[in-house]
Amino acid sequence: MSDQTIQEEHTLQPPVPHPTDEAAVTAAVEAALAAIESASDLAQLKEARLAHTGEKSPLSLANRQIGSLDKSEKAVAGKLVGAARGRVNKALAARTVVLEEEEAARILVEETVDVTAAPRRRRAGARHPLSVLQDRVSDIFVGMGWEIAEGPEVESEWFNFDALNFKPDHPAREMQDTFFIEPADAHLVLRTHTSPVQVRSMLEREVPVYVLCPGRTFRTDELDATHTPVFHQFEGLAVDKNLTMADLRGTLEHFARQMFGEEAKIRLRPAYFPFTEPSAELDLWHPTFKGGARWIEWGGCGMVNPNVLRAAGIDPEVYSGFAFGMGIERTLMFRNDVPDMHDMIEGDIRFSQHFGMEI
Amino acid sequence: MRIPLSWLREYAQVPADATAEDVMADLVKVGLEEEDVHRPSDELSGPIVVGQVLSLVKEEASNGKTINWCQVRVVPEGAEQTLTGKGIDPSGVQGIVCGAHNFVEGDKVVVTLPGAVLPGNFKISPRKTYGHVSAGMIASSRELGIGEDHDGIMVLSTLGLDPELGTDVMELFGLNDQAAEINVTPDRGYCFSIRGVAREYALATGTEFVDPASKVTVAEAQAPGLDITLADEAPIYGVPGCDRFVTREVTGIDATAPTPRWMASRLQLAGVRSISLPVDISNYVMLELGQPLHFYDADKLSGGITVRRATAGEKLVTLDAKERELSVEDLLITDASGPIGIAGVMGGASTEVSDTTTRVLIEAAHFDAVSIARSRRRHKLPSEASKRFERGVDPQVAAVAAQRAVDLLVELAGGTETRNITDVQDLAPAAHVLLPEGFAQRLIGVDYSDAQITEALTGIGASVTRTAEGFAVQVPSWRPDLAIKEDLVEEVARIVGYDQIPATLPVAPPGRGLTRSQSQRRRVLQALADAGLTEVLCYPFVSTTQNNTFGTANAGTEVPSVALANPISKEFGFLRTSLLPQLLETARRNNGRGFRDLALYEGGLVFLPKEQMGSSVLPPLGAKPSDDVLANLFDGVPHQPWHVASVFTGHEAAAGVDFTPRAWDWADAIDAARTVADVLGAPLQVAQGSHQAFHPGRVAALSVNGTVIGYAGELHPQLLKDSDLPARTCAMELDAEALMAAAPAVVVAQALSTQPLATQDVALVVDQEVVAGDVLAALREGAGVLLEDIALFDVYTGTGIPEGKKSLAFGLRFRAADRTLTADEASEARAAAVSLAAERFGATQR
Repeated sequence: MSDQTIQEEHTLQPPVPHPTDEAAVTAAVEAALAAIESASDLAQLKEARLAHTGEKSPLSLANRQIGSLDKSEKAVAGKLVGAARGRVNKALAARTVVLEEEEAARILVEETVDVTAAPRRRRAGARHPLSVLQDRVSDIFVGMGWEIAEGPEVESEWFNFDALNFKPDHPAREMQDTFFIEPADAHLVLRTHTSPVQVRSMLEREVPVYVLCPGRTFRTDELDATHTPVFHQFEGLAVDKNLTMADLRGTLEHFARQMFGEEAKIRLRPAYFPFTEPSAELDLWHPTFKGGARWIEWGGCGMVNPNVLRAAGIDPEVYSGFAFGMGIERTLMFRNDVPDMHDMIEGDIRFSQHFGMEI
Repeated sequence: MRIPLSWLREYAQVPADATAEDVMADLVKVGLEEEDVHRPSDELSGPIVVGQVLSLVKEEASNGKTINWCQVRVVPEGAEQTLTGKGIDPSGVQGIVCGAHNFVEGDKVVVTLPGAVLPGNFKISPRKTYGHVSAGMIASSRELGIGEDHDGIMVLSTLGLDPELGTDVMELFGLNDQAAEINVTPDRGYCFSIRGVAREYALATGTEFVDPASKVTVAEAQAPGLDITLADEAPIYGVPGCDRFVTREVTGIDATAPTPRWMASRLQLAGVRSISLPVDISNYVMLELGQPLHFYDADKLSGGITVRRATAGEKLVTLDAKERELSVEDLLITDASGPIGIAGVMGGASTEVSDTTTRVLIEAAHFDAVSIARSRRRHKLPSEASKRFERGVDPQVAAVAAQRAVDLLVELAGGTETRNITDVQDLAPAAHVLLPEGFAQRLIGVDYSDAQITEALTGIGASVTRTAEGFAVQVPSWRPDLAIKEDLVEEVARIVGYDQIPATLPVAPPGRGLTRSQSQRRRVLQALADAGLTEVLCYPFVSTTQNNTFGTANAGTEVPSVALANPISKEFGFLRTSLLPQLLETARRNNGRGFRDLALYEGGLVFLPKEQMGSSVLPPLGAKPSDDVLANLFDGVPHQPWHVASVFTGHEAAAGVDFTPRAWDWADAIDAARTVADVLGAPLQVAQGSHQAFHPGRVAALSVNGTVIGYAGELHPQLLKDSDLPARTCAMELDAEALMAAAPAVVVAQALSTQPLATQDVALVVDQEVVAGDVLAALREGAGVLLEDIALFDVYTGTGIPEGKKSLAFGLRFRAADRTLTADEASEARAAAVSLAAERFGATQR
């Protein structure tokens, strides 16, 4: 309804019913109810209210005339006009509720946005999967009551080799492809494994010792799809009374299941490491490995060589120990199907961001 | 080590249908890891047969080449051709065009018939060439992939062969054989021989083993051989360089006699090139028995042999024709002329066996592993011989190996055995180790029976005597690695089987969880990721220039760095003193891959040399060093604090609908440092700083309790240009350990006042050079205890503010602990704050 029409209606001045004229009053009520009913929004309803209940509305004017009526007519007229105004007000209230609800619903519809167009206002950050995996491995062992031990990356040659029973001229010492630090007579190396932390742990702690040593390690390999000169390992060491190789197997089995699920199996194969005797290679079997259920070489392990215990001042006639070590890159490669070592070390943000905070 | 199965079968019960894979699957159980399979028949397949050239017609081809049009009989005279297929003539005679000319009518040759496949997937089929249909090929050894010779085709008579026509050449040449390649760990030198591996195979499969040494009968000496003197006057670690030296002599050999095909095939399959009969024999015996041999041309020797250390300045031309300066630690074989070989590593050129040699002196000696290892390393001469000596050779097999070589030279080279034998020995007595009662069971957790233990140990060749204490074990001479009782336990465990070991889970004592610093580091790394940064891990290798740029605030300062003796790249031969160089390199790489918006971070160690660099003392193994020595070892390790660094370039996010992302700037770098401090609960002061790698006006020095621990801000524009990084790249690095140490062990709670808040703003005009942080600190100090919080909310210059000045607007929040503040009290506190700022910085209220 345009403003023009409203003004016209105002000027039309509908007839004022006589307050005792029941038919006229009813007609005014009907007109009011019709106007209220036909109001399609709150603005029109306001117009209807002004027209039919405002000061100059027929019913209001009729009401005003009651005062000048005879006493006998007053009661009849009062009842008649009062009831009429009551009907109109009631209808107004009801219609207001309906139209307010409609209005609220309409606003909600109008405020609809395309949620799929929401901009990403802040980029999500990401941890490096190698860090996350390292934390997860640590948590499994912390859950078993083990401690996490760390040590320096530039390490004394004695801790890296001699204390671990690598004889000075033994071929095993060369197999480690060591980065040496200048000058040569400083006897410093970039640690080739995290095993020196085992020795430090034994020197720093009272027996029994149950430690996991995760960290960065270094060998002079050129970077290719499966090798990198800088990589990560975690090694475990337990020294206590009466530890057996069965305890080693049990620990590894428990760990493998925590890490890969209940279906995981492990296998030990005879091997050689200077720091363990007996020594074993550790293979892991899982049904969902890429390429099908199969055995994958996972790491090395064994019973701590008595010379290693002696180097830390522990009597091998009283205590025994077991140790194991695995590569974190290798674990990530077959656990998460990482095809190429380059992806892990080049720092391409797509690699970390694909994982986010999870692995 | 590659093991031809035919060779292994001579000494172990390998099933006839076993493949190399089957053999490896058995060997892995006893600790010989599978490596590879070598099978000539994968590359080469029949029909390849012996043929005889019936006729040979030389024809001039149009290209000027002369070819031979040959008729070759490939079945015995009178027999029928049983092979069928396209191009195989039922008559048994093939027409073949051949370009080689080193054969005549009547020669027996190798014929690859149609259907054969040669290495390189070269398929033989009848083909038209030079006006004939050539139905096959007369082959050279190179075409078969079994030798280098391509001067002509193989004439079997020159190989000493006269097989029947039609004989399968695959079989004749041993090409149906296959080899299992296994990885031998450094403790088990005896497995660098067929003898050792056959023994292990027998143990793995529970079958019979025949010792190849037992098949050789060592002749009794009838006369002394060459005069041999062992004269090591400088043994290493007290071990004599040579403790056994056997010589044998064979006369009248034909050094040019061909190596029989079976031997050449086995050598090739074992990965050893066939060179000449004498060399092949020495290699063959070494592979079979594990004893490296050396053959001398006896006529080139002068006088007897002395084994001694080199003297200073001595030189030797080795077999590879190189002159080598000898070290006084080198163990030498010498005669009257001087050095004639580096013991166990390489012989000398002057006494080398040649085609004209007729008299051979065989050396079978036993050398000290350490001495050989050092000479090999010093002269960079790894050889099959040194590999074995370094890992331990059976000193008892020397005479047997020498005899085996004598026998082969007699049989194959037409030589005559002499009984002039020398066998000089200075051997240590056999090692004995006691395996105490119950020890194997205690260490492994398996209840081994006496019989299992005895059987396992005798199986490896030990003599075992049951005593009251346990098992007295005499270690076999080829197992120098078995020195302690744990070594014996491993033998028992691996031979009974590691699969017999049960799984039990030991219970660790109650743990303490992560240490404080471990949790702190985790929190820092997680907080930066939560703040939208991406973690990367970089190599710690940098150049000196990088260390000198990022490792110190002041240009022109030489930063002490840890240098690698053998870096992968000479340029990046130093360890980082700052995380930033490699982090920036990572940013550059990502940028190059099209990722312009980056917020990267890394947590890692940097390497700061201390005054003491390492320790010249390297204590012996197997004993705890004294406290002083240990302290010295600890002290010599460089300081390696844990740093955290981040780099920002581009925008914080990608542009979107109704969203314009902010460009990363210097404040984000400072914010990252604050994030680190916040998660640690450590106090971090940010002040105007100066660092050569950063923009001089846009860098903050980060401090903890007055000590600078890092920097954050925008990098220097010139540096960014030089390193091909986007302009306005920002960075932060700090010593996180210093922050971690400054974090409170216990955070003391503060009382929370519920009294009403009174806020007051103040705008102060100060000189441009005055930094907001300092003014804020003065206001905070001046306002006193009623001040709850203060924040800078505006910096203004322009209309109304004098040139060279700026207006700083602060919001102050006041609250008392015990009462409602009056407006006067709040204003008073504000006035006190302003007056201290005025006193310190000449600040005036606007």
